[in-house]
Amino acid sequence: MKYVKPESFEVASQLLQNESGTSRILAGGTDVLVQLKAEMVEPDLMVDLKHLPGMQDITAENGGYRIGAAVPGAVVGEHDGVKAMWPGVVEGLELIGSTQVQGRATMAGNLCNGSPAADSVPALVTAGAMARVHGPDGARDVPVADIPQGPGKTNLSKGEFITSIFLPARPDHAGDAYLRFIPRTEMDIAVSSAAVSLVLDAAGTCRQAHVAVGAVAPTVRLVEKAGKALEGSQLDSDAIAAMKTAVEAACNPIDDKRGTIEFRTKTAAVLAERAARIAYSRAGGQS
Amino acid sequence: MKTIHVETTINGDATEFLCAPDESLLDVLRDRLGLTGAKEGCGTGDCGACSVTVDGRLVCSCLMLGAEAQDAQIETIEGMADGETLHPLQRVFLEEAALQCGVCTPGILVAAKALLEKNPDPTDTEVRYWLAGNLCRCTGYDKIIKAVQTAAAEMRGA
Repeated sequence: MKYVKPESFEVASQLLQNESGTSRILAGGTDVLVQLKAEMVEPDLMVDLKHLPGMQDITAENGGYRIGAAVPGAVVGEHDGVKAMWPGVVEGLELIGSTQVQGRATMAGNLCNGSPAADSVPALVTAGAMARVHGPDGARDVPVADIPQGPGKTNLSKGEFITSIFLPARPDHAGDAYLRFIPRTEMDIAVSSAAVSLVLDAAGTCRQAHVAVGAVAPTVRLVEKAGKALEGSQLDSDAIAAMKTAVEAACNPIDDKRGTIEFRTKTAAVLAERAARIAYSRAGGQS
Repeated sequence: MKTIHVETTINGDATEFLCAPDESLLDVLRDRLGLTGAKEGCGTGDCGACSVTVDGRLVCSCLMLGAEAQDAQIETIEGMADGETLHPLQRVFLEEAALQCGVCTPGILVAAKALLEKNPDPTDTEVRYWLAGNLCRCTGYDKIIKAVQTAAAEMRGA
């Protein structure tokens, strides 16, 4: 294996594109190094991008925040601005692994690892977060929702990598939340999960609602019908019931020892309801 | 495989080493630098026995390449005592017998020190969550939590 710290994103992209063997991008390394240890992958090229401009920075931009692809969870969790604006995104990210893992693990890495159960991804999807992708043709912005393709697979092409994730500005009366089910209290992988992001009007009626579920399909899934079911409501029981029906219809989980299809489907809907109520209260609504 | 030359600071001492590109920081510490306090329990970031701090952040040294340590400030369990004087956490762990086999202890001490630097007066729940990534298969954790709290109280001057 060759370990390289390229001097620019352009050089990194060229290196990755010209590599005929297997390559891996190193940010926090908390997934890549486990794969190395388990001999799941034997890369010929490891490209470390942590030192490149902006990779370690959280910067205010257009009323939102741009978070560098190498910023670890612990640093995001200590950032008052990001926490106040997108508490659901931060709580999802902070659920990943232990304190030690939080010291290294990144949102961009969680996204690119391609796990359907990735804890930081559902709330990034409901936030409408954009990933800045650098590649052979320069930089482009891609919705986070369009990055995962299936377990362990992304839609990024050879030579492409994420350099930052942008969380957009929030209007007044907005809130988000993320919840997952695990059979323990800490250090586990989601059996099912849900994120909800709401924007209310001054009277407390949902004007915009996004609902996404994790670990119940090959990728994290934005459930548009579930969001629509909440819009125009103050989370009354009919709206919640319609939202849960839409969530259950969108679930297509695997059946394994950690959770049956029925269990994952049902809990995803229950978590979506609870996350919606937390998001509603964070947005200042009284229900 | 081409070896990589790395310059870093470990427990305040400027250090350099050569390592293979795929060698973990844990293997560098143990096998090349003789710092065997950090242990390999799992090698995959689950057990915390290899905990060290890098630029003030608690991390698993098994989840980091040696090559990534370039220009970093690394603190290991070997740097915790001040000469012959044990850190309060180390002393209290001995006094209160907060260990049995001791394999997890260096990692727990490094992690607990990082916690108390950030939060000098944690609740038991906060200690338990902070140390959730440090597995101990002997003690049942109770004595560990109590020892951390005793040391924390002492360090606060209570």
